[in-house]
Amino acid sequence: MAKIAYTLHVNGEDHEVYAEPNLTLLEVVRDELRLTGAKEGCGTGDCGACTMHLDGENVTSCLVLGVEAQGRDVLTIEGLAQDGKLHPLQQAFIDHGALQCGFCIPGMILSGVALLERNPHPTREEIRQGIAGNLCRCTGYTKIVDAIEAVATGVAH
Amino acid sequence: MRRFDYFRPSSLAEASTILREHGEGGLLLAGGTDVLVQVKEAGRPVRYVVSLADIEGLSGITEHASGLQIGARTRMVEVGSHPSIQARYSALSDGASLVGSVQTRHLATIGGNVCNAAPSADTSPGLAVLEATAHASGPSGERTIPIIELWTGPGRTSLEAGEVVTHFTLPAPGTRAGSHYQRHTPRKVMDIAAVGTAVYLELDASGTCTTARIALGAVAPTVIRAPRAEAALVGGPVTEETAAAAAAVAATEATPISDQRASAAFRTYLIEVMTRQSILRAAERASA
Repeated sequence: MAKIAYTLHVNGEDHEVYAEPNLTLLEVVRDELRLTGAKEGCGTGDCGACTMHLDGENVTSCLVLGVEAQGRDVLTIEGLAQDGKLHPLQQAFIDHGALQCGFCIPGMILSGVALLERNPHPTREEIRQGIAGNLCRCTGYTKIVDAIEAVATGVAH
Repeated sequence: MRRFDYFRPSSLAEASTILREHGEGGLLLAGGTDVLVQVKEAGRPVRYVVSLADIEGLSGITEHASGLQIGARTRMVEVGSHPSIQARYSALSDGASLVGSVQTRHLATIGGNVCNAAPSADTSPGLAVLEATAHASGPSGERTIPIIELWTGPGRTSLEAGEVVTHFTLPAPGTRAGSHYQRHTPRKVMDIAAVGTAVYLELDASGTCTTARIALGAVAPTVIRAPRAEAALVGGPVTEETAAAAAAVAATEATPISDQRASAAFRTYLIEVMTRQSILRAAERASA
């Protein structure tokens, strides 16, 4: 159970990690790198609160070993805004009031961004499919779908 | 998560050596969406993990005149969205596109889904009707295993200690062939099949069924074929009536259990309804 040294590339920066191999990417990013935007909800890949991008694709970081993410591009919610400017989807969530307690929102936004990168003009059904792996217990999803749809259709609220 | 040692071999030979030298308690890691949950939640005993991440040649899809080759580390997203698989091996893309969530499909691999040996695995019935062959590499060399013989029970396979599934081969479908997989789940997504049905059909120019293969998921200890239902379809046209008759036979070939997803009686009912639908969809695709 020896610790392992490896480099994680997170939000455009290299981080040297020295950790036990059984730590998940989520645990390493939260506890070692102190980036706490991604949350642990279920820990079994069902709720999506831990969603990050790995090489541009959204994944559940609770089911990825930290050491398995070495050499890959990791994006967390902290890396989404550029030059102090929110990503259009982050702004749309604010404009549409698409959040209540906020626990699911980092993962929800990263799944939304990944969806829009794959499919810039999704239907509402495709949006619902795209965020099917992200549970929200507050909003009922309607405003979240509205926010993603607003970015997809280019209609600023 | 319980603690373990971590190995990251760069070749199959190296992986095989690690497994042989360290013995019991080894776990092969591909996408991790099943095995890490088992380690975290189900107390699956593990002393060491052997990552397949650095072994070249384990992922990718190549199409030949004789059929398809799919690397074991090929992810669900690639299997589900591959144009040739969607066009000619549809039962497999149908299943791969249903696994988990988008996030799951970005991690989970076809080899992992198969070797986890869940009777409810969404790619397994499709692989069974497409008559896939698993290719394994291990201490005693390489061998091939017909996919249906790979599964021996829930979570159990006929793989020997130290064997790694490297890829699958699927024979090319006939000219007028079509296949279909569907599942029933209490929820639309993020759920596990209560019943899965896969059908592969070949028709001749007059529409007579010349080959029929039917596989059922989540209604027996492993994915099973339904040979008597298959025999009932061959030699005649595929109509609402012949599909219903074959589906009724299929319902007698399973041994479902009752659990939180469905009762045995409901599963038997579902097999009949869903097999009939899958036969008709496969026939539509064969005629398209």
